[in-house]
Amino acid sequence: MSTVVFFIFAIMAVAAAWGVVTSKNIVHSALFLALSFIGVAVLYVLLNAEFIAAAQILVYAGAVTIMIIFAVMLTLRGDINESSPENKKWGIGAIVAALVFVVIGLVILTNSDWRVLPTPWTGVDTVKDLSALLLQVYVVPFEAAAILLTFALIGAVILAKGVKENK
Amino acid sequence: MDTLNNLFLIIAAAIRGLFADPHSVWADITMDVVAFLAVIIIIVLAALVLILLERKVAGWTSQRPGPNRLGPRGWFQTIADALKLMGKEDVTPANADRLIFKVAPMIMFSLPLMTLAVIPYGKGMSPIDLDLGIFYFLAISALSTLALLMAGWGSNNKYSLLGGMRAVAQMISYEIPLIFSLLGVVMLTESLSLTKIVEAQGVVPFIVLQPLAFVIYIIAGIAEVNRAPFDLVEADQEVVAGPFTEYTGLRWGLFFLGEYGNMTAVSALAATVFLGGWQGPAILPGWIWFWLKTGLVIFFMMWVRWTFPRMRIDHLMHFAWKWLLPLSILNILLTGLGIYIYQLIPRIGG
Repeated sequence: MSTVVFFIFAIMAVAAAWGVVTSKNIVHSALFLALSFIGVAVLYVLLNAEFIAAAQILVYAGAVTIMIIFAVMLTLRGDINESSPENKKWGIGAIVAALVFVVIGLVILTNSDWRVLPTPWTGVDTVKDLSALLLQVYVVPFEAAAILLTFALIGAVILAKGVKENK
Repeated sequence: MDTLNNLFLIIAAAIRGLFADPHSVWADITMDVVAFLAVIIIIVLAALVLILLERKVAGWTSQRPGPNRLGPRGWFQTIADALKLMGKEDVTPANADRLIFKVAPMIMFSLPLMTLAVIPYGKGMSPIDLDLGIFYFLAISALSTLALLMAGWGSNNKYSLLGGMRAVAQMISYEIPLIFSLLGVVMLTESLSLTKIVEAQGVVPFIVLQPLAFVIYIIAGIAEVNRAPFDLVEADQEVVAGPFTEYTGLRWGLFFLGEYGNMTAVSALAATVFLGGWQGPAILPGWIWFWLKTGLVIFFMMWVRWTFPRMRIDHLMHFAWKWLLPLSILNILLTGLGIYIYQLIPRIGG
């Protein structure tokens, strides 16, 4: 049962990701991206990571709307159907993508604990485990990331405001 | 009394009992289908009742009778309207982005279907009991903006697109206060499960402990369902009907069902989280208490809609970012302090 569900949504996620890069219309690309995120969220549910799945939908799929707005506002072409053209640099793109894939694959293969559990996993309170890890064990990196993001946010506001003052 | 209280549980057990093995996969799938159909019936019934109620409340607020021709005191008006809607032609505008145009109302309708499925309607009566209830609810309901933007984009109409853009601008204003206002209750119960949140309200409903959060939630909730005074998305005088401008017949009907379903869902969450859900004196069954509380919140929303004028969009953003957001963060701080002091009391006493 879960294998069937896995393949349906894994194929959906990959096909939608293919649609993201091949669509000529940038709005279609963004909507394909939302579909891909939702497919990945279902895979998280199959891995018993419900919290990550809901966060995936709330943060990523929900934010696609904002991305569409920016895509539409920043598009300079007159015809939206030609707003996301291809260029000739796909060779470099393929090399970068392959390198990223190898790095992520190596990290996963070398760092994961691959032992099979003797009984099916029954832990339910993933939120409690996650919050204990985030707010106790890894609190320093967590707060550092939060401060970094705040800096980026303030920087963006200052950059955006500065344009107005110099006018 | 006990039979009435557990009416739906008994029906569910009877359906399950039809199977040779009541806990086989097929019995589980059948129960899921039954729960799914029950939620659809809830949305359709809610829309039928609420549309008429809305017009009656509108009439009451502006001192006129409202619909009063069809049936006793006009109670059949909505049925006639629904039939009229079904007979209308399904028009797709030329140059519309066809697939997006046609999928958007379906997404809009599927969202309340998914959110209403996790609400506990009575003791042990959530169609699907999720541990992440409240978080799942927020994640799914945030997608309604996507449906509105898809409708606005797909229609190939400037007013529709403006409405869709407004939906996104409004979403980034109210979404954070909405989520933060519920965080106080989650801190008190130490659980995201709606069932546990209702069970924790046996003594006092959380509106007593979290009055500020309740006010913030109601304001942000009205903005979430795009109703006046925050109905900028479909403001008739400014953008015709926003994303719905080009829709006709049943597609428009789906949007309407989705809108009223969303409103029911937001009110049901308010009743569950702040008003104690199905908890109440034993003179009435739990599920009737639940619907009474939800109805109270819905009535309040209608009352507000027909009383206050529309807010300007920059005022809405100013209000959400500079008032609601700091207040909701203050509420989290106060809740944390309160929990800390509450835990200190036995230490001082002992």
